[in-house]
Amino acid sequence: MTADPKGVLTGVHFLDGDHAACEGALAAGCRFVAGYPITPSTEVVERFAQRIPMVGGLFIQMEDELAASIAIQGAAWGGRKVMTVTSGPGLSLMMEHLGLAAITETPCVFIDVQRGGPSTGLPTLPAQADMMQVKWGSHGDYEIIALCPDSPQECFDLTIRAFNLAEQWRVPVFLMMDEVVGHMTERVVIPAAEDIEITDRRWTDKAPGTYRPFDVGPDGIPDMVKAGQGHRIHVTGLTHDERGWPAMNPRQQDKLVRRLTGKIRDNADVLTDIREENCEDADVIVVSYGITSRVATAAIQQARDQGLKVGHARLVVTWPFPATRIAQLASRCKAMVVPELNLGQMVHEVSRAVAGRVPVRLVDHAGGTVHDPQVILDRILEAAR
Amino acid sequence: MSGTTNDDLDLSHLPPMDNPVMPYLRKERIPHIWCPGCGIGTTVNCFTRALDEAAQDLDRLAIVSGIGCTGRVAGYLNLDSFHTTHGRAIPFATGLKLANPDLNVVVYSGDGDLFAIGGNHFLHAARRNMDLMVVCVNNFTYGMTGGQVAPTTPLGASQTTMPYGNFENPASLPFLADAAGATYVARWTVFHVRQLTRCFKDALGRKGFRFIEILAPCPTLFLRRNRLGDGVDMVRQYKERSVVRNGADTKEVGLGLAGEIVVGTFVERERPTWLDAMNDHLGKVLGDRYQRYGG
Repeated sequence: MTADPKGVLTGVHFLDGDHAACEGALAAGCRFVAGYPITPSTEVVERFAQRIPMVGGLFIQMEDELAASIAIQGAAWGGRKVMTVTSGPGLSLMMEHLGLAAITETPCVFIDVQRGGPSTGLPTLPAQADMMQVKWGSHGDYEIIALCPDSPQECFDLTIRAFNLAEQWRVPVFLMMDEVVGHMTERVVIPAAEDIEITDRRWTDKAPGTYRPFDVGPDGIPDMVKAGQGHRIHVTGLTHDERGWPAMNPRQQDKLVRRLTGKIRDNADVLTDIREENCEDADVIVVSYGITSRVATAAIQQARDQGLKVGHARLVVTWPFPATRIAQLASRCKAMVVPELNLGQMVHEVSRAVAGRVPVRLVDHAGGTVHDPQVILDRILEAAR
Repeated sequence: MSGTTNDDLDLSHLPPMDNPVMPYLRKERIPHIWCPGCGIGTTVNCFTRALDEAAQDLDRLAIVSGIGCTGRVAGYLNLDSFHTTHGRAIPFATGLKLANPDLNVVVYSGDGDLFAIGGNHFLHAARRNMDLMVVCVNNFTYGMTGGQVAPTTPLGASQTTMPYGNFENPASLPFLADAAGATYVARWTVFHVRQLTRCFKDALGRKGFRFIEILAPCPTLFLRRNRLGDGVDMVRQYKERSVVRNGADTKEVGLGLAGEIVVGTFVERERPTWLDAMNDHLGKVLGDRYQRYGG
């Protein structure tokens, strides 16, 4: 189906990434946002609070991020497309409800506008240091999907995709922004509503009495209902059976957790989105994501100007990690360089996929600003030797 | 018929009768997890009788629980039911209610869940006058985890994490609810099954943030440790110590290990709900541009 025109601000705009992400959510059909103010993400919900009364929906500022991250789940079971928005300290508070969304298979979108940490860290300055937290920060085994925009345009585009993926796979989906991409203002083109593809919720066609909330078909993903339709569903954070009833034993735990993780892990290749440039004959491939891709592009250009064969693999989807494709790329280059605004997070995933085929060099940064392209260039030159 | 017992009656010609509350329960999930003498089941019995008497449309009723012994209530009721995380039933219920305002949403949880880990959510939902009915079964302890001190544990009572007796001042739940702006505040005990059933029925038919505290015995982890007898002994205490005082000043209804237990309907007030306030306000400010929210 296509977007509801009510939420789509068709036209060419000059927007920052936070505002563009908000427009993406409205275009995707999000009509319920719960949030809590936190720099540098607040502009997303400020714009939503301003826009939503004219679109039909609501925003509620909750008392903390724990509340925001579970209010959206109540709203999802009430039938809405939902989102919450935060940054580091708020993300830490949301970890318990990330797990709840994973085990109850509640479609929801989290936007994390990353800032320097740990703790209060650098509230107004960028980092990419939450990459592992979203994947591993909630207890237990679970899977998510994470998308990394490198421009306000992508903040718009990928927010729509985040909603579509959340509905399709019934997992929490993260838009991993950072302070720079959130506050950078650029041209954003918002298409006509009929040109925006929207994935609707997987509503069941079963009648009350025959529907079981966690019964799955061959794709391992259950169809959904909303409260108030007579199905009398039970939804619990406990390990549950197909009826949704608690079933706390090793056999059901194994069955449920393997299905919850398998529906993403087994489809990592389907979900892969890598933008590759000049990788075919590259000696060195720079693997980057988010804002760091923009900086890496400058360094790669300088290296190519010096006659080096340098390619660029930009990860749009970081979770599930595109291990298959990274391994393929590693089999045809001599080295990989991974710049990121942290002291080494996604580089470990790259190394795991590369499995010793070629050296993998991290260009780390503790955050607070973006890399100096020269530092990335130096590492490319070292790698090319 | 004096001297005749049920054993003497031949009832075989009568059709078998189900307990009238069975249609409201998920029969296949019985037996429940609660201990003999626990008061939670009694509250559920009253709740289901109230549903029966109120002729509530069950498809339009949802129940949300947190974590703990009372947190298991949602799973036994044959309604749309949600067993959420510890302390967060109220914000989940807030999202559910706002997403689908046609639902009557009931939060049913324990004192530790709603007032320790979830205390902040309680205060803000009451302040906003979120249209929720919140039922707190107060057994003065953390039952599920083995009898630790709760924000309601009376001074002097022994708990596993207050092994020399509790020296923390307990919260008076009706006082908190009143101060935070709840539109309906009542307290009963599991002795008061008729009053409680009426109270549930009354509250189900109202709007706004409604709060019902129910005192209930936890024989396994509170009574035994404090040598207070069994569940029946406690219900006898409820009978003897309770004083019905409707409209009582909530400042005056605090609880101790001994002394008066003030019960009744303490607060009934009218305030616009969060959703009505939003619709009225935005309608006034934005005029025709506002897309009125509902359903």
